[in-house]
Amino acid sequence: MGRYLLRRFAFLLVSLALASVVLFVLLRMLPGDPANALTSVGASPEQIAAARHSIGSDRPLPEQFTHWIGQVATGDLGTSFVSSLPVGPEVGSRLNVTVPLTLAAFVLAVLIAVPAGFVAAYKRHTWYGALLSGASQLGIAVPVFWLGMILVAVFALNAGWLPAGGFPPDGWNQPGEAVRSLVLPVVTIALVMSASLIRYVRSATLDVLGSDYLRTARALGSSFGRAMWRHGLRNASVPVVSVLGIELASTLLGAVVVESVYALPGLGSMLATGIAQHDYPVIQGVLFVSTLAVLLIGFAADLVQRIIDPRLRGRLSGGAP
Amino acid sequence: MTQIVRTPHEGPRAASAKRPGRSAVSRRSVTLITGCVLSGMILLLALVSLFWTPYAPDDTSGGRLTGPGAGHLLGTDKLGRDLFTQLMTGSRIAVEAGLGSVLIAAVAGVTLGVLAAFAQGWLDDTLSAFLDILIAFPTLLLAMLIVAARSATLGSAVLAIGLAQSAVVARVVRILVKRVLAQDYITAARTSGTSWPRIVAGHVLPNIWPTLVVNLALQFGLAVLAEAGLSYLGLGAPPPNASWGRMLQEAQATFTTAPAGALAPGVLLVLLVIGVNLVADGLRDTLDPATGRRRS
Repeated sequence: MGRYLLRRFAFLLVSLALASVVLFVLLRMLPGDPANALTSVGASPEQIAAARHSIGSDRPLPEQFTHWIGQVATGDLGTSFVSSLPVGPEVGSRLNVTVPLTLAAFVLAVLIAVPAGFVAAYKRHTWYGALLSGASQLGIAVPVFWLGMILVAVFALNAGWLPAGGFPPDGWNQPGEAVRSLVLPVVTIALVMSASLIRYVRSATLDVLGSDYLRTARALGSSFGRAMWRHGLRNASVPVVSVLGIELASTLLGAVVVESVYALPGLGSMLATGIAQHDYPVIQGVLFVSTLAVLLIGFAADLVQRIIDPRLRGRLSGGAP
Repeated sequence: MTQIVRTPHEGPRAASAKRPGRSAVSRRSVTLITGCVLSGMILLLALVSLFWTPYAPDDTSGGRLTGPGAGHLLGTDKLGRDLFTQLMTGSRIAVEAGLGSVLIAAVAGVTLGVLAAFAQGWLDDTLSAFLDILIAFPTLLLAMLIVAARSATLGSAVLAIGLAQSAVVARVVRILVKRVLAQDYITAARTSGTSWPRIVAGHVLPNIWPTLVVNLALQFGLAVLAEAGLSYLGLGAPPPNASWGRMLQEAQATFTTAPAGALAPGVLLVLLVIGVNLVADGLRDTLDPATGRRRS
């Protein structure tokens, strides 16, 4: 396992390096001159050239890239073209919203989906088993922003229990307000996320319930609970963990729509603004941080899968040997 | 010993698993028929909208935000456009978005996934890393980049959604194929001299097919949802094409005063996605009787 950890970590670094190059090149292929964002309409060619020089976009690409990587290595994500503020601290303050939002929604979704998915499979011939499956069918089909709109209309506009949107200007210095403003977004994401998770948990459980090894264990005299605990849980959790990793990673930035519904200053909305303004340092910084997060989550998911399923050991990444 | 005696009396579950009787068959067809009716309804709306709508899509002659009633089946929006007309053109955009994206995702995803599953060593690792990085770009953000590079059209949205989904499909396919390749019957087939293409056609694809169909149908639903999300953010099909997502965004401010506009597009979206998912479930049970019996 120690050697595997080392190899997997080296792999993580290589992926990150590759991703940085791809990211950098892709962003330079976007149309629109960032110098336009710095100068007023009708600026003279000299002014535009000066603007280009000031942000370094007149230098050759490899030089720009090494400059950027050098900065990132020292923890400096660059300076926004538009606001002239450093990107790093801004990303940090956005993460203060996005990370609690994502993690809380993720934990809530798992807490809902794992028991619900198991019951939906094990008790599929009862009315409540069928109801759970139906509810997850419905949940998958509901657009996340529409659910948000409805929750706002019911719980904020009608009942007035929770704020309809926004985040306190002082952030976590007003913990009560901050938590209150995150309740509806967290519930919105968690409900939608758990709907699809229930399906995966249900199908993994069904695979186990129909498996030969479970029947053998039962035939050898093991109780159902013991057989599920010793054989079922392990086997069912391997595919679920891999789905969990993907879900967590895609929620991190995919929360942009929910952030838009609730007017939250998160990472997703920062990126959306950055793209609209052709603000390279912002786009680059946000995407770099999120790529790093996604790779780390994949690293963790691979590790967990290997601890659960010894058959996977010996492979670097992914599902089966 | 008591355990063994008790097992046959496990109840209807064990019994129905052994005997795919009437209940399993009728349940399968109920799922399939419900799915076909739901998605067929939306498809019909989309097809009819090609030839006829109650009003012209840009006809603003109705009063603003009138409720459901005479002249306008579901009322009008804030510009006085007929809501039902908007819903019909919206259904066409939703179906187009779903079909286009899934087509791109299926072709690119399955090819990439099978290749990645067969790759060994560093090539496998590189391909997985590539897929991980692609997945690291959430659909919506990839779409934003593409929309920024091109322009806000339905084509940009479909291209972005399809590309993002092809990474997800490829990853699923890769894991599925790898799992099949690890089975003893593959080793047996290899040992007996069967060639890889024959193994893929004879063992791998039939084994991953049911899961793949379900996954692609889910992707159709997700594509419809993603297009609605993009339109909600103003990055989908430009006006006067009424996408359900943009209709919802426009109706958000008047949710409490004119709920029809904020509810109807969402309801149709949900019906379409549920319908397609049910069709997929019904198909899976038909295509793969083994899992069908077990899962019914």
